[in-house]
Amino acid sequence: MSYLEHNVKSTPTGVRKILHMNWPLTLLLCSVASVGFLMLYSVAGGSFTPWAEPQIKRFVLGLAVMTVVAMVPIWFWRNMAVVAYGLSVLLLILVEVMGTVGMGAQRWIDLGFMRLQPSELMKITLVMLLAAYYDWLPAKRTSHPFWVLIPVIMILFPTFLVLRQPDLGTSILLVTAGGGLMFLAGVHWVYFAAVIAAAIGLVSAVFQSRGTDWQLLKDYQYRRIDTFLDPSTDPLGAGYHITQSKIALGSGGWTGRGFMQGTQSRLNFLPEKHTDFIFTTLAEEFGFVGGFSLLTLYTLIILFCIATAMATRDRFSALVTLGIAINFFLFFAVNMSMVMGLAPVVGVPLPMVSYGGSAMLVLMVAFGIVHSAHIHRPRQQGY
Amino acid sequence: MKRNPKELDSIHRKLTRRTLILGAAQLGVVGTLGMRMRYMQVEQADQFRLLAEENRINIRLIPPARGELFDRNGKVIAQNSPSYRIIIVREDAGDVEKVIADLSRLVKLDEEDLNRAMTEMRRSPPFLPITLADQVTWNEISKVAVNAPALPGITPEVGLTRDYPQGADLAHVVGYVGPVSDYDLGQIADPEPVLRIPRFQIGKVGLEAKREDVLRGKAGAKRVEVNATGRIMRELDRREGQSGADLQLSVDADLQGYVQARLGSESAAAVIIDCETGDLRAICSSPSFDPNLFVRGISVADYRGLTTNPYRPLANKSVQGTYPPGSTFKMVTGLAALEAGLIGAGDTVWCPGYLEVSGRRFHCWKRGGHGHVNLNASLKRSCDVYYYDVALKVGIDKISEMAKRLGLGVRHDLPMSAVAEGLAPDRAWKQRVHDDVWRVGDTANSSIGQGFMLASPLQLAVMSARIATGRAVTPRLVKSINGVEQPSGAGDPMGLNENNLRQVRRGMYDVSNDRRGTAYRSRIIAEEFRMAGKTGTSQVRNITKAERAAGVINNRDLPWERRDHALFVCFAPFDKPKYAVSVVVEHGGGGSTAAAPIARDLLLQALYDGTPPLTAYPKGDRGKIRAQQEQLHRDYPGIAAPASDRA
Repeated sequence: MSYLEHNVKSTPTGVRKILHMNWPLTLLLCSVASVGFLMLYSVAGGSFTPWAEPQIKRFVLGLAVMTVVAMVPIWFWRNMAVVAYGLSVLLLILVEVMGTVGMGAQRWIDLGFMRLQPSELMKITLVMLLAAYYDWLPAKRTSHPFWVLIPVIMILFPTFLVLRQPDLGTSILLVTAGGGLMFLAGVHWVYFAAVIAAAIGLVSAVFQSRGTDWQLLKDYQYRRIDTFLDPSTDPLGAGYHITQSKIALGSGGWTGRGFMQGTQSRLNFLPEKHTDFIFTTLAEEFGFVGGFSLLTLYTLIILFCIATAMATRDRFSALVTLGIAINFFLFFAVNMSMVMGLAPVVGVPLPMVSYGGSAMLVLMVAFGIVHSAHIHRPRQQGY
Repeated sequence: MKRNPKELDSIHRKLTRRTLILGAAQLGVVGTLGMRMRYMQVEQADQFRLLAEENRINIRLIPPARGELFDRNGKVIAQNSPSYRIIIVREDAGDVEKVIADLSRLVKLDEEDLNRAMTEMRRSPPFLPITLADQVTWNEISKVAVNAPALPGITPEVGLTRDYPQGADLAHVVGYVGPVSDYDLGQIADPEPVLRIPRFQIGKVGLEAKREDVLRGKAGAKRVEVNATGRIMRELDRREGQSGADLQLSVDADLQGYVQARLGSESAAAVIIDCETGDLRAICSSPSFDPNLFVRGISVADYRGLTTNPYRPLANKSVQGTYPPGSTFKMVTGLAALEAGLIGAGDTVWCPGYLEVSGRRFHCWKRGGHGHVNLNASLKRSCDVYYYDVALKVGIDKISEMAKRLGLGVRHDLPMSAVAEGLAPDRAWKQRVHDDVWRVGDTANSSIGQGFMLASPLQLAVMSARIATGRAVTPRLVKSINGVEQPSGAGDPMGLNENNLRQVRRGMYDVSNDRRGTAYRSRIIAEEFRMAGKTGTSQVRNITKAERAAGVINNRDLPWERRDHALFVCFAPFDKPKYAVSVVVEHGGGGSTAAAPIARDLLLQALYDGTPPLTAYPKGDRGKIRAQQEQLHRDYPGIAAPASDRA
């Protein structure tokens, strides 16, 4: 019997579980989501349609789903990890085969009531699988090459599928989150040093291959990197997004231009202002104060996740919570870096704020697992 | 799988350590993001704020109102009047094809305009208004306005366009405006931005073009907020422009209208100049055209009609047409000889009907000759031989010099298109242009205003005014600009001997007041308005020896374009000259029959400032004149009523 099952009797049961949810975390999520509603209302020119209203509905649905997931004992999720991972991979293959074309890349599966993005799902199920793997694996074997190779394949296989879509942003997120989890699990640092060295080699290979027959990335991906490195080369073309986004952000100043007063977003200078670039609207209208507040909220979410992970002595719970935290962190860090001109435009939404159904629902499920870990943590001494 | 607590502890410690490392890394990234945000939003805020303003704020020009034109009595010659047009906004229209089909049931839409609008629509963003029909009548606009609910995206719009209420009367003087073309832009070194406003009108021809500098005015500007696609969201502020200056012309629109009517359908030109101020009271070229057609955009058929008309309606014959002045030049030759002191006014020349000059026979128009003629008789009866003789004594250079002093062969500075210089040739000119020596025959030809000699009706009027006053009268077209009076054209005395001038004027007086004068039939009998004049008939072809032998063919038997030009110059009143007039009727035949009656009517009209009383005309002509006045009044209801109606 697993260690967790020994302690069943001390964990809350039934409806009482709700009281034992991580309420500060829930409150933080609601705050962040509210910021999202506010900004969606603003970018629509002071209207709940077309974005704010569906987003609120989805968030309420998300809260319900999160609660349900939280009620389910954490060991169920551990046991489900392989199945969930397998399902995600299957879905990824399915998009590859019959996905509908969205934004020039095949990423969606149309479920009728919503469009499912398997790559979003993959981020969570990969974390679950890795956490379950390291929970199962004896600590002594953690750094053994064979036992390192297995999680690497677990990471790279879906990454490869996502890269084929092609979705560079999510691929990088998957690799980074997976790598982060391996690092937390205690894999020897030499592996990471080797991988970083290899990555540098790969990056130079990517640039070397440009223009040759075997070039590794698509042209538009190269162009995005170019414009990231020097947006001024193409201010009206590919660099337009970054330039306009920086203008919007910078013009916010200390306190911003006021709610619904952001000229950049109101006059449509901002691209994709309700999705990837929504942070610029926030920064324009509420300035440094607004932007930094959101950053603080995000940081607090991460900190609460870390606290949850540290409070549990269960290895799966800790790893899955930390893995979700890493994913969440990568989301907002990459998105903010992107709009501030610190990273290339890779198409990563701002978590819980950007308009979009599947990303938000998947995140709510993930936080449901965090809650579940929190509720079902072992409470007795002497495990 | 069971784990022992010790192992678990070490695992957990390692996890905590790694979590702290990773957490620290994450905090580092968050810190970087915060710093970056602070740097952009606090340190660089002003710079980005400026960029944001540049993004959203556009400067739009406000076209200035063009200066208006008035005649000397304040009558409107050119104004900016509201013009109605129908515009469509594609994004509001929805089904463009259907809306246009509905519209065309109400308003007649031009196929050409429609095609242009469709192309324009395809090229521009959907919120930009596109003109479907221009210069729409008020009636049609009302129909569109009433049916507005059924015509989404269609709006009637009021703009300003140039309008010439005097129509064809002043077309040649004022010219017309039109939208700036690419060609126009190419002509200007550094075009003002206002010229790039679509449909902005600039002067194309005539005064409108020549005084574009003062008429156009200065464009204003407004700052507007635009969105990323360029649509105007709201106006932030505006700086009004400066309207163009209003110009008052020296022309009397009523008189001009009368002159144009009197010239009728002849291919003719007439100029009435004020001897006291140089003001051009009327400056007409007939036939004329309606400048409003050009403002609207003339149709191909109309334009072809104008260009293929043998009477050349588009040419401004009064200043740009040049004609051999014929006998109207004789005053110049006579004055040149008198001033040179080579002849006296009483000296006579024997006219046998021709003069032999270096083996070639130069004929007088009167085959039988005039017998003994002095200066007075030579003008009165227009003897050619007298001038051949006198000119050979004086020489061409002195004649040419006198012509230039009297305003021939020099370009008068008028704000009109293609003001002709004419030609008063001398030896140097022929050497330069024809690379040939001046021959005695050339002098003989020139002495009677033939040969190389060319003058425009304007120049002939100026010549008459200068002879009448002895002053260097210069023509003036613009009387005042924005109320500021322009310098007068009265001119200084030319320094000619007053006695010589008097002799010439006396000869001109006898032309129309002596029974033997060539224009006696066109005299004025009102004592205070006696007229002095000179007829001219200039050949446009050489009469060959064979023709002469066969007997000179009557003008009427010749095709129109080979007939003689008829000219007449005059001034009145004789004692105190007020107006000088020149009339040229192209291929009109004899000056005394075709040009003199017109010139006399024009003078009277100007002197009486309206339709003259019949008492000013010789008794025998009054019936005919009265019929003519009534006819004119019927044909041109705009001009003043004849005397009988006013009495």
